[in-house]
Amino acid sequence: MQTLVAYVENKPGVLNRVSSLARRLNVNIDSLTVGPTENPEIARMTIVAHTDEKGGHRLEASLEKLVDVLLAENISERALLERDLALIKVLADQQSRPHLMELIKVFRARVVDVAPESLIIEVSGTVEKIDGLLEVLKPFGVLEMARSGRISMTRGGDLLRPPVQTAAASEQPVAAS
Amino acid sequence: MKLTGAEILCESLTQLGVRHIFGYPGGAILPVYDALGKSKLHHVLVRHEQGATHMADGYARASGGIGVAMATSGPGATNMVTGIATAMLDSSPVVCITGQVSSKLLGSDAFQEIDITGITMPITKHNVVVSRVEDIARTVREAFVIANSGRPGPVLVDITKDAQQASCEFDWDAAAPKLPLKRVRNSLDQAEFDRAIELLNNAKRPVILAGRGIILSGAMRAFEQFVRTCNIPVAMTLLGIGCFPASDPMNLGMMGMHGEAWVNHAIQESDLLIAVGMRFDDRVTGDLRTYAKGARKIHIEIDRAEINKNVAVDAALIGDARETLEKLTPHVVNPDRGAWLSHIKELKGDSAVRDIQSLPDNGHLYAAHVINDLWKETRGEAIVVTDVGQHQMWEAQYYHHNRPRTLITSGGLGTMGFALPAAIGAKFANPDSEVWVVVGDGGFQMTMCELATVVQEKINIKIAIINNGYLGMVRQWQEFFYDKRYVATPLVAPDFAALANAFGIRGERITQRGDVLPTIRSARESKETVLIDFRVEQEDSVYPMVPAGASLHEMIRRPNNPLVETAIEP
Ligand SMILES: Cc1cc2nc3c(=O)[nH]c(=O)nc-3n(C[C@H](O)[C@H](O)[C@H](O)COP(=O)(O)OP(=O)(O)OC[C@H]3O[C@@H](n4cnc5c(N)ncnc54)[C@H](O)[C@@H]3O)c2cc1C
Ligand SMILES: Cc1ncc(C[n+]2csc(CCOP(=O)(O)OP(=O)(O)O)c2C)c(N)n1
Ligand SMILES: [Mg+2]
Repeated sequence: MQTLVAYVENKPGVLNRVSSLARRLNVNIDSLTVGPTENPEIARMTIVAHTDEKGGHRLEASLEKLVDVLLAENISERALLERDLALIKVLADQQSRPHLMELIKVFRARVVDVAPESLIIEVSGTVEKIDGLLEVLKPFGVLEMARSGRISMTRGGDLLRPPVQTAAASEQPVAAS
Repeated sequence: MKLTGAEILCESLTQLGVRHIFGYPGGAILPVYDALGKSKLHHVLVRHEQGATHMADGYARASGGIGVAMATSGPGATNMVTGIATAMLDSSPVVCITGQVSSKLLGSDAFQEIDITGITMPITKHNVVVSRVEDIARTVREAFVIANSGRPGPVLVDITKDAQQASCEFDWDAAAPKLPLKRVRNSLDQAEFDRAIELLNNAKRPVILAGRGIILSGAMRAFEQFVRTCNIPVAMTLLGIGCFPASDPMNLGMMGMHGEAWVNHAIQESDLLIAVGMRFDDRVTGDLRTYAKGARKIHIEIDRAEINKNVAVDAALIGDARETLEKLTPHVVNPDRGAWLSHIKELKGDSAVRDIQSLPDNGHLYAAHVINDLWKETRGEAIVVTDVGQHQMWEAQYYHHNRPRTLITSGGLGTMGFALPAAIGAKFANPDSEVWVVVGDGGFQMTMCELATVVQEKINIKIAIINNGYLGMVRQWQEFFYDKRYVATPLVAPDFAALANAFGIRGERITQRGDVLPTIRSARESKETVLIDFRVEQEDSVYPMVPAGASLHEMIRRPNNPLVETAIEP
């Protein structure tokens, strides 16, 4: 598994280019998230890909060749904070409810919707944590689930910011002869 | 000044230095054609849009500039796909301009609407739809920058019909390229650089692998300087041919699947490979597990994504070949390589010093004769544009190129049908140069409609059809690997000389070895296009051959050597 962060132009079609590239390189994407950054013209992606270190390097370098990708970085080997968010709708009757509430507490999850027959639980954290909660919820009857996909950030002073300098664009003559 | 989008396009292309556009009209691009008629741009009417892209590609490869192809929406655009992919795989700077349905119809499956940017996303360096007249000039300028910067490649600009028809103020300065602010990577890593010098100066059996990146970089002089300074023999990729003179004693010849046997052996025995602007294609390496196992590797390459892709390297020098070589050369020493060089000479055996022309005439005409005569007669100075197949490999083996951009061939995609249209493009780029097409009877039939373009444009090229009655390269694989079951490779062809006549072109047919030279000579004297149909030995094969997936040193050699494998040393 390789984790990459990319800053891209925030405009239509860019997501398509990124996923098309991964498909062309025969790299399976496990999760891909996009969101705006503090600069509305730039979006940030976290890409988690099913590949080895060599594949991660190739994906990183190839991503950066796309005109609309401003920067791509394989951060798999760095100290990371990663988060996934899940909404889980689970069957809940009078009997199971107290037991459920206990589990929710243990996992530091929250109940965000209550209905006579079910609850929606919101949980965020590492993929492993969410998978763990899901495992223990299964016996109660999981009705529906939505997950955001992973977002990642390098820890501490290890900053990954969009580039500010520009590569000088020079026009070249057409005919050399 | 207010101009229509179509006029702005033509004006922008003119300002960018474009002189020729290879294209084919249709409804969605008609406004541009109307404006073209009023411009100074020369439009070459092709017979199939695939031809337009190959012509633009041939133009780019021959000139070092950018080739421009144009087509209408829908079928016009989809016909370009093969040519775009051909340019992509060989990093050729081509700009394709397609018409698109009006923006209000986009997404409605309108007549001749096709998502050409979606289709070409994986086979272009970049592509873009323009639906506002205000964006045309800037986008076209950006397309030209992208196509020919860094590692070059094709760019497609799809312009909606309403954007072509609408008008706006045309301001060239305001339409300067505005490409995204990308990270500038610090390309040359000092540690890698130091390691490279260390490796270079301690190698005992080094070989340089020279690729097309040297030509793209314009690094010929820096490369020669480098070779002289470190005194290391040079092997060429198919697309690298011409970047270093074939006549130079340090030039060993082509490597790879149909490379010279001694070159492949030298690579396998080497202790250091210096790859310059080449991408370790599988036709070049054979089985990666056994490829140059005893060799450390230095890779001089502009594209980071190529580093460690196929072959793990010990020192990666990322950046432009010329700049890198210029930095490197002052640090390398020139040790005595006598032992290694004479070992390679031994590997050559006697095959290199025999002249195929002096072999006794056994009544057969071999493709090697034709190519060898062509080389001799043109003194290796013609621009040769080849198609794909056996004749392509024989050209690479028997025609010795001394200058860059004189062999134009589709390497990465191996596109049959490339030669004739690409040669037309090459001729437009170099109107004063002698241009020869070397093409198989199969590939010629794929794009021979472009003979009409040759006639309409009144250009003078020479066409040598190496006619073996087979899809020869595939037949060869069937001979070697499928027990000679020749399924779908015997091939009927028209009488090519008569066909040429029907187009108004002089046609000749040659069956005897003795007629080859005189016919080539007389074709060269003509101021018009001449087509020569060479009826060559039908079941000859290209040797040596590394079977796909085999180790580089495991070559199939010519049985009993009735004909040498290689021509005389240039
Ligand atoms: C039937 C057939 C048989 C073939 N047999 C052989 C064979 O026997 N031997 C053989 O060699 N080939 C053979 N080929 C061709 C082969 O498939 C490849 O196309 C070829 O080997 C690629 O050569 P290359 O790496 O030099 O060029 P390219 O594929 O064009 O690669 C050029 C490299 O240079 C880099 N580059 C670009 N610009 C610069 C710059 N400014 N500075 C530094 N680097 C730069 C690019 O990023 C790229 O990595 C055959 C093809 C066909 C169709
Ligand atoms: C468009 C396309 N289709 C199929 C192939 C596969 N192919 C490679 S070489 C070859 C045979 C070429 O025959 P010909 O043009 O007669 O040349 P020869 O090998 O006989 O010299 C074929 C079919 C290809 N390279 N390109
Ligand atoms: Mg043939």
